[in-house]
Amino acid sequence: MQTQPMAYTDEPIAPVAELRNIRKTYRLDDVEVPVIHGIDLLIRPAHFTVLLGPSGSGKTTLLNMIGCIDRPDKGEVIVAGRNVNELSDDALADFRAHHIGFIFQNFNLLPVLTAYENVEYPLILAGASAKTRADRVPKLLDAVGLGDKARHRPGQLSGGQRQRVAIARALARKPKLVIADEPTANLDSKTGETILALMKHMQVRYAISFLFSSHDRAVIRAADDAIIIQDGEVRAIRRKHMGPST
Amino acid sequence: MRTLSLALRNLLRNRRRTLATLAAIAIGGISVLLFGGFSANIKYSLQTGYVRTVGHLQIQHRDYYLFGSGDPTAYGIQRYIAILDGIRSDPVLRQMVTVATPTLQFGGVAGNYDAGVSRTIIGNGLVAEDHLRMRQWNRYALDLVAPPMRLSGAPPNAAVVGTGVARVLLMCKVLNVADCPTPERAARNHGADIPDDIAALSLAEDNSQIAPAGSERSARRIELLVGSARGTPNVASLQVIGAENQGFKELDDFYLFMHLAQAQRLVFGASQPKVSALMVQLEDTRQTTAAISRLQSLLPNWAPGESLAVHDFATLNPFYVQSLQLFDMIFGFMLVLIGGIVMFTVGNTMNTAVVERTIEIGTLRAIGLRQRDIRRLFVTEGFVIGVVGAALGVVVAVAAAWAINRMGFHWRPPGSAERVPLVLVVWGEIGMLVGTALVLVLLTTLSAWWPAWRAARLNMVDALRHA
Repeated sequence: MQTQPMAYTDEPIAPVAELRNIRKTYRLDDVEVPVIHGIDLLIRPAHFTVLLGPSGSGKTTLLNMIGCIDRPDKGEVIVAGRNVNELSDDALADFRAHHIGFIFQNFNLLPVLTAYENVEYPLILAGASAKTRADRVPKLLDAVGLGDKARHRPGQLSGGQRQRVAIARALARKPKLVIADEPTANLDSKTGETILALMKHMQVRYAISFLFSSHDRAVIRAADDAIIIQDGEVRAIRRKHMGPST
Repeated sequence: MRTLSLALRNLLRNRRRTLATLAAIAIGGISVLLFGGFSANIKYSLQTGYVRTVGHLQIQHRDYYLFGSGDPTAYGIQRYIAILDGIRSDPVLRQMVTVATPTLQFGGVAGNYDAGVSRTIIGNGLVAEDHLRMRQWNRYALDLVAPPMRLSGAPPNAAVVGTGVARVLLMCKVLNVADCPTPERAARNHGADIPDDIAALSLAEDNSQIAPAGSERSARRIELLVGSARGTPNVASLQVIGAENQGFKELDDFYLFMHLAQAQRLVFGASQPKVSALMVQLEDTRQTTAAISRLQSLLPNWAPGESLAVHDFATLNPFYVQSLQLFDMIFGFMLVLIGGIVMFTVGNTMNTAVVERTIEIGTLRAIGLRQRDIRRLFVTEGFVIGVVGAALGVVVAVAAAWAINRMGFHWRPPGSAERVPLVLVVWGEIGMLVGTALVLVLLTTLSAWWPAWRAARLNMVDALRHA
């Protein structure tokens, strides 16, 4: 499905993700807890976007739905021009493999694989040839500064190094969108800044959209767009070079 | 990363748990295979025993098997010489048959009149030289001693009895039968004179073979009274040259065998002699069906007008079949028990792995693995652990059987008169080895299925949030 140009910008470009009247309710035992109350949102392509908000505001839920690992109760989620609500579970898995990269707070690398194999794994899932993999993986590891750690397993790497591997893994398939859930939360501030700079560099280099949830001021400062979520609603959107909109 | 490679690495990440699971599978396999090896040895030992004694198959009058014990003379085979000639000259049977020999079974009363005792017996007339050859059959190369055929080369009036017969007839001492008590009554009884009519009948058989009273030949002498084919009693005076344990007390207490010619003279007198059965021993048990089929097609030509049937040794010896069924049942029961333990162990291991790797499962799903890919990963882990465990079990079972076979244990199998070496036939039992390994692999794979299904169905969001 082709999306309409963004209604409130001057740029006639398709958003990398669009939410239309999204609603989501979780059930805790017998209690229904509404988390998202009808959100409309556009994520600009090739931008650094951060979701801000207090705990329980719904930003992780939004991130999960845009990352296609959760589905809304109501509304439409359009990612990379595709209404993902229509996709079956298998098709959604393929869609994630092709269009979305993930960076997790706890890195979530596969402990039995080396750094090289962790980065290579998404390429294998996509059916990339051995030649393609052999060409791409070392470049990615070099790009994140771990060319010499290719044979190390996650247990042999520091937190920052693991997150670098995770970034390389997220970028392996040249996705349209990278979802990063508090990627610097488990890193010391200095390492966090380095990782943030790396992600910013990669975002520019590969023209990929990064969508974060974060409380880290450094992340917020680095973001092109900041979306403030509160009580399951979008309270404000601040876009660099565009001024605030709500 | 290919599923198999990932599964292997996952199994190696918690080596202690994987080793414990492998040990459970391997020990299960070893137990099943060692018992299977013991069971196989029972089968081969019993089969060898029966084939040595009664052959692979017997040609009998059609009704002899069911009714012959009541009146063996009425269900005899008349043209047995023609049948034997036919078997020995047939180009197909000649290739299969090692021994074909006639036998005559009859009932009678054996009396040791020196001791004043008698008892009913089941007599067998046989060709000693043929039975000597039959006792050499050892197709499975078992460590069994071929018992001597005492009747071979013995005088025409010689007989061999079961040790039970020797005991009842108070002949243990003269026959050197071990573990044979003498009853109190025997000490008081100095023996009764042989009745005149019996003595007369006996003397009529062969005066030259009657031993003088008080000699050792006299102590070994028995009078055998049978009902002849004409319905009149007939008596032979026999020299008992030995006693052999027949394995079963029920048989041992009644058994007597003697030369076929003597038995035929005793039963049929001057009439046309017959035999109860023709025993046929084959090179290989697997030839039994083909031999029966061939015989069934040729018997009408060799013995026209005689209504004959061919029975295999399993039909003739229900105890053999029952024994095998008993061991098969125990084997199956063990397999079910051990299979249950293996399934529980592997299932528990896989369930633990799923819980431990919940976040990893969520991550794999997030980066694009489908549900079936997750399922395949865990099932593959179950399969791999099953293959390795089963292979380990097979290797250790073969080695253990080899070691046990060399330890020199002996035991007495059911129905055997002798203690035999304890042998576990594991190596070479391809069907059992492959079958057990396949069952173990199947069980481990199946037991991984449920945890794998559960892992594949995990909610991604919950999995990624898993603490």
